[in-house]
Amino acid sequence: MSNLVNITIDGKAIQAEEGKNLMLVARENGIFIPSLCFYEHIEPPLGTCRVCTCKINGKYSPACTEKITEGLTVEVNTEELVDSRKALVEMMFAEGNHICPACEKSGHCDLQHMGYELGISSTRFQHLFKDRAIDYKPSRMVMEHNRCIKCLRCVVDVKTEDGKKVFNYQDRGNETYVGIDYEQEEKLSEEQVMNAMRICPTGAIIVRGVSLAKPFGDRKYDMDSVQKDYSKRKQGHRSRPTMMEKKIVATVSLAGCFGCHMSLLDIDTDLLDVVELISFDKSPLTDFKNFTSRCHIGIIEGGVCNSENIETLRKFREHCDILVSLGECSIWGGLPTMRNSIPLSECLEEAYLNSPTSEPGANIVPYHEDLPKILDRVYACSEIVRIDYFIPGCPPDANHIWKAVKNILWGEEYSILYSEFKYD
Amino acid sequence: MKEPLQTRMMDQLWDLQLSNGYITDEDVIRLSHQFNLSEIEVEGVVSFYHFFHRKPTGKYTIYLNNSIVADIKGFSRIKETLERETGATFGSVDRTGTFGLFLTPCIGLSDQEPSALINFYPFTNLNAIKIKDIVSSLKRGVDPETICDLPADNIRYTPPGNKTVFFKEFVNGSALARAATLGPDGVLEDLKKAELAGRGGAYYPTWKKWNAAQLQSSATKYVICNADEGEPGTFKDRVLINTQASTLIEGMIICGYTIGAENGIIYLRGEYRWLRNKLETAIEEYRKAGLLGTDCGNIKGFNFDIRVQMGAGSYVCGEETALLESLEGKRGEPRTKWYFPVEKGYLQQPTVINNVETFCAATRIIEIGADTYMSQGIPGSPGVKLLSVSGDCKLPGLYEIEWGMTVAELLELCEAEDPYYIQVSGPSGECISIKEKYRRISMLDLLARKDIRCGGSFMIFSKQRDLVKVLLNFSEFFMSESCGICTPCRAGNFIIQRKLERLQNGLANEADLKELKSWGTIMKNTSRCGLGKTATNSLIYAMDKFHDYFMLRLDKEYNGLNLKFDIEAATEEYEKYKI
Repeated sequence: MSNLVNITIDGKAIQAEEGKNLMLVARENGIFIPSLCFYEHIEPPLGTCRVCTCKINGKYSPACTEKITEGLTVEVNTEELVDSRKALVEMMFAEGNHICPACEKSGHCDLQHMGYELGISSTRFQHLFKDRAIDYKPSRMVMEHNRCIKCLRCVVDVKTEDGKKVFNYQDRGNETYVGIDYEQEEKLSEEQVMNAMRICPTGAIIVRGVSLAKPFGDRKYDMDSVQKDYSKRKQGHRSRPTMMEKKIVATVSLAGCFGCHMSLLDIDTDLLDVVELISFDKSPLTDFKNFTSRCHIGIIEGGVCNSENIETLRKFREHCDILVSLGECSIWGGLPTMRNSIPLSECLEEAYLNSPTSEPGANIVPYHEDLPKILDRVYACSEIVRIDYFIPGCPPDANHIWKAVKNILWGEEYSILYSEFKYD
Repeated sequence: MKEPLQTRMMDQLWDLQLSNGYITDEDVIRLSHQFNLSEIEVEGVVSFYHFFHRKPTGKYTIYLNNSIVADIKGFSRIKETLERETGATFGSVDRTGTFGLFLTPCIGLSDQEPSALINFYPFTNLNAIKIKDIVSSLKRGVDPETICDLPADNIRYTPPGNKTVFFKEFVNGSALARAATLGPDGVLEDLKKAELAGRGGAYYPTWKKWNAAQLQSSATKYVICNADEGEPGTFKDRVLINTQASTLIEGMIICGYTIGAENGIIYLRGEYRWLRNKLETAIEEYRKAGLLGTDCGNIKGFNFDIRVQMGAGSYVCGEETALLESLEGKRGEPRTKWYFPVEKGYLQQPTVINNVETFCAATRIIEIGADTYMSQGIPGSPGVKLLSVSGDCKLPGLYEIEWGMTVAELLELCEAEDPYYIQVSGPSGECISIKEKYRRISMLDLLARKDIRCGGSFMIFSKQRDLVKVLLNFSEFFMSESCGICTPCRAGNFIIQRKLERLQNGLANEADLKELKSWGTIMKNTSRCGLGKTATNSLIYAMDKFHDYFMLRLDKEYNGLNLKFDIEAATEEYEKYKI
């Protein structure tokens, strides 16, 4: 039995084994330190994702590379640290091309889960949309480089029987990716292949023919947060003075699927409240084509993919006091950004000229002065105009939308249930 | 202890690169068998280093420096001329396979820019006419080695009254002889008294590092010299190796004697390949004189030898733990702080890593004694420091200053031209405004911000220079030199670079500046090694110190509508379908 020493985590006195990893000690004591790369079987620890950064004896340092020593003082949940952690996870979302609705790992994904746990509603960073390949060459796996967060787990943990690496980093800087050795991959056992997919914190390593689909409720991450005090965490916005005058709302769907508008209608009986409290101006719900008055709030669904979207969005900014981005497409581009790393001409020609369903002899990509012009890529609404609030989701939960809109309009305090914040 | 085979993989890669111009698929397979690695691991190493290629790089491989100092000295003109004369475009090889053109960050010749390496031989003070001559000679089949420039040392200043510490005559073995009479503890005592601290820029007390390694019980220990000065604007180690190779070697021997090590390795940056002979010759001289080998300097039982290991173009390998990984023949990724190098360093053995200037200084301190050394400098920061001065000044070059000299005095010595913005210690250091010219350069008061520490690089920019362009150049440098292992540095530098482009294009508003500062701070607090921790230093300082300048660069019409958004550019590609 090793020596027990005294340490403090967020003011709480704890006795712990000297030399043990701080992450494990925190975990044993019910203290949640978010991390994505930490994998307790690997020593020395990886220290790559940096999400577990704490203030240790006054210095910023990741918890996963800290050994317990006498008198260690650790700060985990200061405002600054919580924000840095959020920023790091946001960076991963902005750097990769993470399209959750199209991902096999959705619901089993550590990265997605961490987004929820940290309450990320939009990334503060503009998405980088770097063009990345998908490697279909390995016989049993698929490497989806768009989703890799370079945590190093597979590189260190997955090895052949004779100790050779199967995965390794390639290139460097913003070009870094995890390459796979086809020859060595052949040598792995079925079990090792499954293990590779399992330890991958995202959907970057997928095993062919294995489905992860499970009904909602049976997935790895579903209805509950791992943080006991999740509901007590500060959510929402600051209060504004209460004014119960009728508010005017405008809505629009740009490059989106109207799913967010559908979700809006899902508030059931609360719709009766809505009619009491607000009136709609320009909106697909009223079918008003133009603004008839100045609006308190404009709700934007969908991103910006053509010149007409830009015009509409600018009109909204000019006519509305507050603009809210509703749903992922509006926040950062969402599903339509799947085209962002592919040249526009390639997309159009594939769709109109070369696809099996295009008419034989088709040689025209639609272009007419009455048609909106398609942009080189899909933009987030915030790249075109200032957006004041973001309501995440694909689509956002109806209650979440209504609570947030009420809060913005009348400053009502609210808290969002974990289940309302989940939408994958 | 025998070094494992993989430690020599870099040598083989270098041989292949130099003899064939690239590393072939067969080479990768052969190496993977030879070192018992998977192919992907060999590929990982090859792709990490800038100077290793998997595609042909031409009979003459030209690396043109794209650092900011090169930029202000006419980089773009040289770039154009090179493309025109060789018929190749940058990043590729011409059709005949004769010329390969590539860009590379600072090659340690900032005092004679624009400069380039051709087959790793230096060519300095380039201009259009010179380029034409060089290219036509090469086309005639002249060996670049015979026409390359021997870079001048440009030692512009040493303390007056013949008080130079670094550049005096040196008798090989004299410092080691004195070390032997002092004994290991005496050596530590002298270094402690002289307050010698790591000259790479971190300023960790040298005696503490050596002492920690000395206390380790392991039978095998290593002394490693970090000659990978990659910080843009610095070139002091180049001058030291060129003129003072023996004091460097002797410093390593003294360290080996002090800590009880038998092996020394000099990790020389790939850009300084042309200096390798200088080191090898000096090492050979030491061996012949009995100062390396068995019973070095007649000290019974003290065996020590040194070898040179070449780097291959990676800034981050100057970080000591990344350097260790690179020495072991791996990708140069910094380790975590789980162990310190003095506990488990090279091959998991206790290791002392110091840079060139530190070893040279240690030799001189032991040679002349701490008391003499301390007669210069200021209390708390005794002795002298080497600075590499470049940029907008008439006399760029090496300056050996006494600690305590003010920025103003230095600017006068080098005849700075309308200085406005000064980058101290390179892009990862601190920028200062001319208003701060009365700050002293010393090791003191780092936190109080009265004095300023300098790792070696001192770049001067005049009022005409575009500050945002300077910072964007730094940002691009960090973006491509990040090893990619940790999130904040890999993604953060990329994100910062995009944001700076917005600023450069006049699309940024005040909120963007606030964000830059906040994001920079997050990278500083969370990055794994010094690269990410310091990458946004200059930017953060610059936004405070040159606030007015930044305000002028903002989009003043911003009112929530991003009217400067370029719809024409965004629909350009679609327009080609117009009927």
